[in-house]
Amino acid sequence: MTTTYREALRDALREALAADERVFLIGEDVGAYGGAFGVSLGLVEEFGPLRVRNTPLSESAFVGAGIGAALAGLRPIVEVMTVNFSLLALDQILNNAATLRHMSGGQLSVPLVIRMTTGAGRQLAAQHSHSLEGWYAHIPGIRVLAPATLPDARGMLTPALADPDPVVIFEHGSLYNVSGELEAGAGPVDISSAAVLREGEDVTLLAYGGSVPKALDAAELLASDGVTAEVVDLRSLRPLDDATIMASVARTHRAVVVDEGWRTGSLAAEVCTRITEQAFWDLDAPVARVCGAEVPIPYAAHLEQAALPQPESITAAAREVVGRRG
Amino acid sequence: MSTTRRKPARTDQGTHRDTDAGHHRELLASMLLIRRFEERCVELYSAAKIRGFVHLYIGEEAVAVGVLRALTASDAVVSTYREHGHALARGVPADSVMAEMYGKITGCSRGRGGSMHLFDEGRRFYGGNAIVGGGLPLAAGLALAERMRGGPGVVCCFFGDGAFAEGEFHETANLAALWDLPLLLACENNLYAMGTPLHEEHAQTDLAMRAASYGMASWAVDGMDVLAVEEAARRAVDGIRAGHGPHFLELRTYRFRAHSMYDPDRYRDKAEIERWRQRDPLLVLGTRMRAAGELDDMSYTSLDQEAADVVDRAVSAAESAPLEPAADLLRYVSTDPGDLPESLR
Repeated sequence: MTTTYREALRDALREALAADERVFLIGEDVGAYGGAFGVSLGLVEEFGPLRVRNTPLSESAFVGAGIGAALAGLRPIVEVMTVNFSLLALDQILNNAATLRHMSGGQLSVPLVIRMTTGAGRQLAAQHSHSLEGWYAHIPGIRVLAPATLPDARGMLTPALADPDPVVIFEHGSLYNVSGELEAGAGPVDISSAAVLREGEDVTLLAYGGSVPKALDAAELLASDGVTAEVVDLRSLRPLDDATIMASVARTHRAVVVDEGWRTGSLAAEVCTRITEQAFWDLDAPVARVCGAEVPIPYAAHLEQAALPQPESITAAAREVVGRRG
Repeated sequence: MSTTRRKPARTDQGTHRDTDAGHHRELLASMLLIRRFEERCVELYSAAKIRGFVHLYIGEEAVAVGVLRALTASDAVVSTYREHGHALARGVPADSVMAEMYGKITGCSRGRGGSMHLFDEGRRFYGGNAIVGGGLPLAAGLALAERMRGGPGVVCCFFGDGAFAEGEFHETANLAALWDLPLLLACENNLYAMGTPLHEEHAQTDLAMRAASYGMASWAVDGMDVLAVEEAARRAVDGIRAGHGPHFLELRTYRFRAHSMYDPDRYRDKAEIERWRQRDPLLVLGTRMRAAGELDDMSYTSLDQEAADVVDRAVSAAESAPLEPAADLLRYVSTDPGDLPESLR
């Protein structure tokens, strides 16, 4: 059946709310408004305002309330409008959600799911457009997921809710309207592995979230040059699936890491380091990175696009590492 | 006082229930245990047996003992980094608190939390939070869970006057009042946020009045008088259980010692400390009990000795307890399948 990323996310929420009385959705305007990006549209009519619960503009309080409710055995799903706003709740996420289990010597569990929008590409300017997945992937005690495909949008929530520890799910804003075929009855997916979305022999393109379609486009462009690129969707940013990454690099001997986040201290930096630590002798060229420019994301369309990885810049980096310039 | 949506705010002058001598003895014993435990902590810190930031509660015992007496075992408690008193008054064994100070495996957080992060899930004691105000949203969530399940439980969140200046307090108060959460906001106003006096941290220092502006029943209490605290807490908890939403208590208290063991206490007048010592909660209750013929020197000494004995035993047990093996460093970051609680299997 044909569906969109947004509808796949909504179907997953609907299924979770129907399956378990302990599950509830909480966040700014998740009710009648349908969430800032329309993901939860209609769910309040189905499940009522106590289980699809609007909150005031109080990120720290409602994320913290999700943590407390999870401690008490409920299964909250907290929606934060964008990753930029999540910084107002970062204390709760880092100092409480990620930390309580360890700090209590294993007594407390926080089975919480936090969903948030990330990324640029919609001319929303700096305060709505950043890509801070790497910051969250830095934190021990949480799992970080980045669904890039329809099956993942549909299938990551169920296992995330089953995880006894906090899970943060990043939905890239440019993906909500992506439509495609999704198998009827598509169910839960594995949330611990990366996925090879396209096979190739000459170079591995490693990407996640909103950069995945761009990496696939780049692979198409490269194919017309006779370069076959393997595209790996990281999917789980913490923990990273080293096995799939290294197996791909061992086949292609070259790697380009694509990351919309800023280059310095990025998730891409971590992936590159792991490749040099674990697969150095498999490499035929230095690992390359295509990252977000080191600038607050600008409003003007041409500047915004220039700040982000694009199929053309990914292609150029891939050509460089396979030694075929121009 | 301002008008409110549910109940007018009011100031409690401390009308006491006519309780029996046994009850008073229990309150006194509980405060003595906290006092002797913490005095021992000073010695142990000076001897480098325990380390880290250690924030003592000496002078504030009436607050923990009075408030927690008003709760049942099924209610939940969220605490601050100055929480030895809360933990002990909640019934967390002195052995397990002391072992935590020593960083031992028998500590209530297996040595991973220390003085500022005491937890006891079985007693619904959820920390031990060293971020000022950090426990408030979490307490709202525990209260939300009570409300969604329709149970009778109350959640009590302790925090200080410093936390009242944090957005966390105001976000949580708004949420709790908006959703009628069964939350007791117990503000320990000891007049200083670290070394900053109340009038330098708050434009308006009447905290109960400000809390009342959120539409919750709210009043100030003499925090040096354990009977006044207990009375106020019972009234608040009754109101919460009756479905009248969150309640706020401003517990006016004082810490006799510095902010932490690191603090040389240069910011306040020694005469001020002396004035407050005249209202030492042990003295206030002891004097009342003596006047009522419920206490004499011998019985006081005996109660005090019992508290000291409990602390002695806790220190001995902590001294001889094993350390968590360093090989287990990474345990409890994420849930090992074998560690899954029953409810999650």
